[in-house]
Amino acid sequence: MTTEPVTTESTLGTLWDLAQPGRSGVQLPDSDVPEQPMPDASLLRDGLRLPEVSELDVVRHYTRMSQRNFSVDTNLYPLGSCTMKYNPKINDAIASLAGFSAIHPLQPAETVQGALQLMYDLQRCLEEITGGAASSLAPLAGAHGELAGVLMIKAYHESRGESDRKVMLIPDSAHGTNPASAAMGGFEVVTLPSDSLGRVDMEAVEAAANDRLAGLMITIPNTLGLFNPNIARVCEIVHSAGGLVYGDGANMNALLGRARPHDLGFDVVHLNLHKTMSTPHGGGGPGAGPVCVGERLTPYLPSPVVEKVGDGDEAQYRFATPPSSIGPLSAGHGNFGVLVRAYTFMRALGAEGLRQASGDAVLNANYLRKQLEHAFKVAVDRTCMHEVVFSCRPQRELGVKALDISKRMIDYGVHPPTMYFPLIVDEALMVEPTETESKETLDAFIAVMETIARECEESPELLLEAPHFTPVGRLDEARAARQPDLRWQAP
Amino acid sequence: MSTPFPHSYHPHTEAQRRQLLDAVGVAAVDELFADIPDRFRNPDLNLPPALTELDLQREIGALAKRNAAASDYSCFLGGGVYRHFIPSVVGAMISRGEFLTSYTPYQPEVSQGTLQATYEYQSMICEITGMEAANAGMYDGASSLAEAALMACRVTRRNSVVVHDTVNPRYRAVVDTYLLPQGIEVVTVAPGAEAFGDDTACVLAQYPDYFGNVKDLGPLADAAHDAGALLCVSADPVALGMFKAPGDFGADIVTGETQPIGVNVSFGGPYVGYFACRNAHIRQMPGRIAGRTVDHSGRTGYALTLQTREQHIRRERATSNICTSEALIATGTAVCLAALGPGGLRKMAELSYQKAHYAASLIDALDGYAVVNSGPWFNEFAVQCPQPASAVNGKLWVRGIIGGLDISDAVKNGLLLSVTEMHARAEIEALAEALKDIAAEVAA
Repeated sequence: MTTEPVTTESTLGTLWDLAQPGRSGVQLPDSDVPEQPMPDASLLRDGLRLPEVSELDVVRHYTRMSQRNFSVDTNLYPLGSCTMKYNPKINDAIASLAGFSAIHPLQPAETVQGALQLMYDLQRCLEEITGGAASSLAPLAGAHGELAGVLMIKAYHESRGESDRKVMLIPDSAHGTNPASAAMGGFEVVTLPSDSLGRVDMEAVEAAANDRLAGLMITIPNTLGLFNPNIARVCEIVHSAGGLVYGDGANMNALLGRARPHDLGFDVVHLNLHKTMSTPHGGGGPGAGPVCVGERLTPYLPSPVVEKVGDGDEAQYRFATPPSSIGPLSAGHGNFGVLVRAYTFMRALGAEGLRQASGDAVLNANYLRKQLEHAFKVAVDRTCMHEVVFSCRPQRELGVKALDISKRMIDYGVHPPTMYFPLIVDEALMVEPTETESKETLDAFIAVMETIARECEESPELLLEAPHFTPVGRLDEARAARQPDLRWQAP
Repeated sequence: MSTPFPHSYHPHTEAQRRQLLDAVGVAAVDELFADIPDRFRNPDLNLPPALTELDLQREIGALAKRNAAASDYSCFLGGGVYRHFIPSVVGAMISRGEFLTSYTPYQPEVSQGTLQATYEYQSMICEITGMEAANAGMYDGASSLAEAALMACRVTRRNSVVVHDTVNPRYRAVVDTYLLPQGIEVVTVAPGAEAFGDDTACVLAQYPDYFGNVKDLGPLADAAHDAGALLCVSADPVALGMFKAPGDFGADIVTGETQPIGVNVSFGGPYVGYFACRNAHIRQMPGRIAGRTVDHSGRTGYALTLQTREQHIRRERATSNICTSEALIATGTAVCLAALGPGGLRKMAELSYQKAHYAASLIDALDGYAVVNSGPWFNEFAVQCPQPASAVNGKLWVRGIIGGLDISDAVKNGLLLSVTEMHARAEIEALAEALKDIAAEVAA
């Protein structure tokens, strides 16, 4: 508390600023067993400089911090490629049931049949929407799924005595995780150019189709939010040269019930359950990145997978390791709490609900595209999928960058879209409204963007200094990187 | 095409959908998908039908009831995942929508909550590990250790990693998954049998080790450093409430699972792997890092920093491919640590130590059983049983007790038992009683 009037700009101290020696935020009972000899003092530590605060201090501090966030629960959050849809509360309620949250990962299978059945059913649901032959829920996030995918591709080629296949093709429009994952799999990344529609250059694919080709990693729909009608042909070219195709499923929200990646020729695809299947993003996780594969890669899936033995009331579920598995990706079996939420979501919607989700998501993105095309340049003037990319290049000529427009959106209570991605669009703003936003919200957003477009011409300084009403303004990121202050230290 | 009922997740009325279609200039939603060739478009999906919220509670709730929750049974499983007390403030804080439903804080002005919570989490991880810097968290303890090994290879420009055979076998398996495809050699040895070569990047040790033992790692740190290698330690953070911090032994990278502090066991995840290192190496760290800085008016604020290490900038030359990690879980651990404070964490550790040692004293006194641990140990111990561990576990389960971990591959008829402050004295004594009965059945 200060003696100054409280404004939103008031600085919030750290936990350590609240601390008083001797205070505690929780009570633990005293020992109820006969006293046991303690280990030698040389093994014990003397001090621990954790903050000492009361229980209310904890609650107030974290509540106040939370109020400094925009979130789906509080604001429109059209962050492209991230699918910030509503996260149904029932998902959290179900995941919190003791039968899910209080089971130990190493319990014998007979004591966790309900959990195993849920995982098995979720595998089947994900295989159904991707067209895959098998799946593993092991990867803990999208990039973890990518790592699984590239390692499977590597193991596949090595099993065929083709370890010289070192080249992974990745379009210049790809998420940065794709080349980073390929590098972790020991591949050489070759970047492919894209055409103006964000489609991978077919001639470049053909030119790389040789016996050094390991595979292609590609996002569907692509990162311009467009579905490439020739994608099946691209897969054929890669296959004909002996390569495999990895599908980045970050944009799967557009395709639910509309197209299945494995039908198109993909060999492995990951899903971001925190995006497509509505599990909360948590400020940067937890996520889940299950991988679905075609038959060729089934033996290489990361462990574990869940299998079913017997049928009907006799059915038993258990963990299994695929015969040529790339191995485990974590000590557990996947982010189970996230998997429960995703399964709950899929059961809430069913096939028709999922198809309606992709339909409304695509409809909403196209509505924004049409309503805003007079105010902002659409990167590609054609029907888009679940997201629309604008280029703020015309505004740039007025001295206003995509960054400034984004920061001004904050003044109107909108979380900025993804900025400067994909890299192939100048001054890109990638807007993904999702299916859970109403027409009223979309119309309000359109009005905000029209206002900002006018401000670019009439009062650009408003944008250059934005945001105006947040607890802090634009931060000195250069200083943060040059003089890293990464932790509290005793004064 | 519509669901049989207006769905509560989808706000458009049919009339509004029509208005949107008119504005876009198409007659039907399906026309928006015209780029998908006909032969691939609108596949039949064989999925179970949609359920209302009430039916979801019934159907999926019934699956939950088919699991034996550790809250309803005595459970002595550990092996890297421990059931400790979680104060109510943890769930209350991390279920706030502002933490729960935001994403990676790319826009710091509207993400100060997540960023400051991360900064404070990093600070607390540094304090308990005795290290200088920490990141915002990795996927889990195992992948965090694997990333530590990769970082050690980058720092030393070497390509061989020594792993103690007393590191959790499930962690060692993940280290293999991550390292072998990159052509990095992994050599598994018993502690003390390390042969540091010119290409040894690091040694990976666990503290307390997989069998609960606590050893001074100072000599190992010295040996590694003399050979130009790093010491990477995977540590149970609750143990660090009472035992010397790995940083004080000279560890270069300290990783581990924060699950024991404020995170439900939840059948294996989501958890978060903590990751801490020396300042000299921060530019080789994987993962997100929050830093404190100032805004244009000089106000204190927080932002993601050192991002040139990361995949969205550095692409195939990034320090890791990690993007979305486990931010919310890290915040949960931080809330729990804030509530516990230094005294609470120490008490949690000492209670676990006391109760585990009491359990071990009872079991070691039983005919046919022997506690294998010899030196100091924390809250987990290995017991040699009079019959195969799997049989003992089966007989415990008949008595309503979820026993220990079968470690017969390391200890003959070995059972690894873990005890925390969650176990009441009566539960511990019931376990010992049950083990006694089981041994008596065999003798008879």
